[in-house]
Amino acid sequence: MKKNTIAAIATAMSSSGIGIIRISGEQTFAIIKEIFRKKNGDRIDVSKSHRIHYGYILDGEEVLDEVLVLVMRGPHSYTAEDTVEIDCHGGILVMKRILETVIKCGARPAEPGEFTKRAFLNGRMDLSQAEAVIDVINAKNDYALKSSVSQLNGEISKKIRKLREKIIYEIAFIESALDDPEHVSLDGYKIQFKEKLCSMIQELETLAASADNGRVMAEGIRTVILGKPNVGKSSLMNLLAGQERAIVTEIAGTTRDTLEEHIYLHGISLHIVDTAGIRDTDDRVEQIGVLKAKDAARDADLIIYMVDGSVPLDENDKDIVGMIQERKAVVLINKTDLVQVVEKEELEKITGHKVILISAKEHLGIECLEKEIEAMFYGGKIDFNDQVYITNIRHKTALMESLDSMKLVQKSIEDDMPEDFYSIDLMNAYEQLGSIIGEAVEEDLVEQIFSKFCMGK
Amino acid sequence: MPNLEETYDIVVVGAGHAGCEAALACARLGLETILFTISIDSVALMPCNPNIGGSSKGHLVRELDALGGEMGKNIDKTFIQSKMLNESKGPAVHSLRAQADKQDYSRQMRKTLENTEHLTLRQAEVSEILAENGKIKGVKTFSGAVYHSKAVVLATGTYLNARCIYGDVSNPTGPNGLQAAIHLTDSLKSCGIEMFRFKTGTPARVDKRSIDFTKMEEQFGDSRIVPFSFSTDSESVQKEQVSCWLTYTNEKTHGIIRENLDRSPLFSGAIEGTGPRYCPSIEDKVVKFPDKERHQVFIEPEGLYTNEMYLGGMSSSLPEDVQYAMYRTVPGLEHVKIVRNAYAIEYDCINSRQLNATLEFKKIEGLFSGGQFNGSSGYEEAAAQGFMAGVNAAMKVLEREYVVLDRSQAYIGVLIDDLVTKENHEPYRMMTSRAEYRLLLRQDNADLRLRSIGHEIGLVSDEEFEKTLQKEKDIETEIQRLEHTNIGANRIVQEFLEKHGSTPLKTGATLAELVRRPELDYFLLEELDEKRPDLPRDTKEQVNINIKYEGYIRRQKQQVAQFKKLERKKLDVNFDYTLVKGLRKEAIQKLNIYKPMSIGQASRISGVSPADISVLLVYLEQLRYSGTSSPDRVN
Repeated sequence: MKKNTIAAIATAMSSSGIGIIRISGEQTFAIIKEIFRKKNGDRIDVSKSHRIHYGYILDGEEVLDEVLVLVMRGPHSYTAEDTVEIDCHGGILVMKRILETVIKCGARPAEPGEFTKRAFLNGRMDLSQAEAVIDVINAKNDYALKSSVSQLNGEISKKIRKLREKIIYEIAFIESALDDPEHVSLDGYKIQFKEKLCSMIQELETLAASADNGRVMAEGIRTVILGKPNVGKSSLMNLLAGQERAIVTEIAGTTRDTLEEHIYLHGISLHIVDTAGIRDTDDRVEQIGVLKAKDAARDADLIIYMVDGSVPLDENDKDIVGMIQERKAVVLINKTDLVQVVEKEELEKITGHKVILISAKEHLGIECLEKEIEAMFYGGKIDFNDQVYITNIRHKTALMESLDSMKLVQKSIEDDMPEDFYSIDLMNAYEQLGSIIGEAVEEDLVEQIFSKFCMGK
Repeated sequence: MPNLEETYDIVVVGAGHAGCEAALACARLGLETILFTISIDSVALMPCNPNIGGSSKGHLVRELDALGGEMGKNIDKTFIQSKMLNESKGPAVHSLRAQADKQDYSRQMRKTLENTEHLTLRQAEVSEILAENGKIKGVKTFSGAVYHSKAVVLATGTYLNARCIYGDVSNPTGPNGLQAAIHLTDSLKSCGIEMFRFKTGTPARVDKRSIDFTKMEEQFGDSRIVPFSFSTDSESVQKEQVSCWLTYTNEKTHGIIRENLDRSPLFSGAIEGTGPRYCPSIEDKVVKFPDKERHQVFIEPEGLYTNEMYLGGMSSSLPEDVQYAMYRTVPGLEHVKIVRNAYAIEYDCINSRQLNATLEFKKIEGLFSGGQFNGSSGYEEAAAQGFMAGVNAAMKVLEREYVVLDRSQAYIGVLIDDLVTKENHEPYRMMTSRAEYRLLLRQDNADLRLRSIGHEIGLVSDEEFEKTLQKEKDIETEIQRLEHTNIGANRIVQEFLEKHGSTPLKTGATLAELVRRPELDYFLLEELDEKRPDLPRDTKEQVNINIKYEGYIRRQKQQVAQFKKLERKKLDVNFDYTLVKGLRKEAIQKLNIYKPMSIGQASRISGVSPADISVLLVYLEQLRYSGTSSPDRVN
């Protein structure tokens, strides 16, 4: 019988802090039951989905490592099959031993990209073009792919989508003018378009620069704490950092600026930014702090929004709620030790995010927060991985190519080429951007033309 | 028992622009072909605009000609004005348009048909197609006669259950009052063919003597005429031309239209068919462009034989009295006399997604179709499809390989791919924006692109093909010469550059480098180019374009290479897509209906998302690994 349960080391083969061994397929739970002992003796094979279990991996009677095992039942997993991830200590030897044990128990080593392939086959992913797919199949590390895909749900893909819309609008305009010169005129278009082009090129350059710094690789999950002044942001930060005693860097700005720390939370690398409290203010220096906070929030992978449970919500909170819409966020109600005026359910409704009660002063609820972050991370809701940078190379290449194409359009304008020449390079830019977010060529440029410009003969 | 029985290789139904091309292609390939028409006097009729070509349509005609079609030659014989459009724009959008003498056009085509060996022209209404077990057997006429054949090409145009409408008048006729074909639709439906109902329209024809041309702008033809056909001697077409005229509608016109909209069958709901968005009636335009103060009206002669003039841009289905009132608000038309009313026409056509890219019905082997019957609009679109349908019908009978052009080879490829792949709920018109690779698909290089294919089919003579090969060689040699000819920064050169507003040279440069300068070109540089060989004008033009736009052409070629990758991944048209796990339901459904010939085509089917294509690609990969039979076939 063909072994259809696959296993592989999902993280880089290096002596990093953590290593993940992933198993996927029908035999997954049988295998993990065989090799994993929970400290409290519970059976892991009957565990609910998306639970993390703490225990040991055994090869026979030999304890290989102390691990966390994440259980994901199909179809709610990356591959849409039963999947477990063994989160072990990241030594190469340990990871290899564990993988060997898994294989001994009935799995077979995954082919390069096989997890991804399964994810595709089960309709879980939608990178579009053949190129991308082939990349995907050849990708060494499919965990990286997962990261890059969900990363694309965020701000970057929104920006790219917007840029594409702008580009296709211009293409549609030029094409309309070719097909219906009576109603769509290119008179004066060149000058107008030149300006638009400049700003599009700038946007692309900014995007390319942000893709460039490999931020996630260096810094971990960029986490920003938002909230009005005095809700307890700094205490939380100290608490998180202090508890773990794993401060890596400390870059302090002014007190009214942002404070950044790097901590590890059960092996997850968090880069926490404590921001100035957000409130409407006339103080110039504080205003800058507030702007910085907003900027930081925009770039964040995860936002922790704190409110003071003893003070009613106000306009400033509304602002913040606006900022965390459709973002990965956790909401904290702090100061539960005081008389409460903010209701958890209500806040959950307003923000659309999970709300956790804490008291930074009494050290209560911090564990819940940590667990939530862990769950979000392991559940794939937030992404950070030291391989993200690699998959981003493809994205960056595409970005750079679309930038080059846009510059060629600029050159066409300078050379005073007729407008119909612009389309070639605009289309290239458009397609390159599309390959990043997994959208192919506009289903029908013609539809665009009809919907935006009327045609007459 | 049928009263009459005959046997042919191929039956073509309809002798419009599609049918004529289909029949000629088949007969010229030596197949016994019979061409049916409802009226012999109306073959290759132009019931709407009196011109051939125009933006992107001109490309179709040139391509058709390069492949061995007739339309280009026929218009070269019968045009009365010719113009290269868009000359201020890039070479990709230059397009030829010629005004035709309609009757002459029709007569010339008839002459050609009548003098083509193996071709029989027959007046009769075909009322049934005869098919057995999914295979075509022939056709039956209304009179009961049976014509057996190995293949049938349907090119019924706008005649199926046609109805002409203006105001509350509804005539069950085809265009120009010609008899409609009222039986064939039922026969097609009973064979399981899905029908659509489309609509189009035409403006009034008016008496030239009632027009005041002093209030209009005269539109001349080109001083140097470029023929449509690559076989036509360009000297032979330099002749005296007639003018067209341009005038405009105004607020008064629009007012009358608005006041009478309730009397228009388009807005009252009396017309069910879907009309083209890009070729709107004047009432459509007034409604859709409420801000436009005026719309163009082109006054074009219908021929040298008549005083009838065509009012381009003002097609309508408003009642007669409103037509009169609105036309008479237009400067120059104050006293106009209508000869024929404007009208809308409704007709049955097919859902063209039932066809393969060969234009053969997926369900009925040996049945092909082309033209407006396929849901397109325009003479040129019709002719191009008719030709391809005819060629493939012939290939079928001759048991040779089908001919399918792809989107990177020709506008014809784009046209047919769109028709058989994309959802289309209105008459399809060719447009430059539909062709992704138009810088490569220029009208000036249609011969270089397609002559070899026409030659292989057998519709381009060895002699013609030789000419193209020679041209190819000349172009290449001349480009090489320019790339390798250095000229120094001497005084003559510097003066020349200064004269043309070009930066002086610091060191030497090749001639090709100078051609690439935006302000210069191959023709201007003749002055500096002592060793220039004497080449035909069109060869020189190719040299110029290929050097000048080299960067763009290269980039477009890269796009084509990308496109071809998916196009080359062939799919088995008998594959059952329910076997692919992970495809969305809609995609499975669509793929099973369309049965695309390649991954590329699959990716263009509406309702098939990029994600589905990914799934399909991965599935193919996986099958390849495991060695199971897969939906792709080796090619």
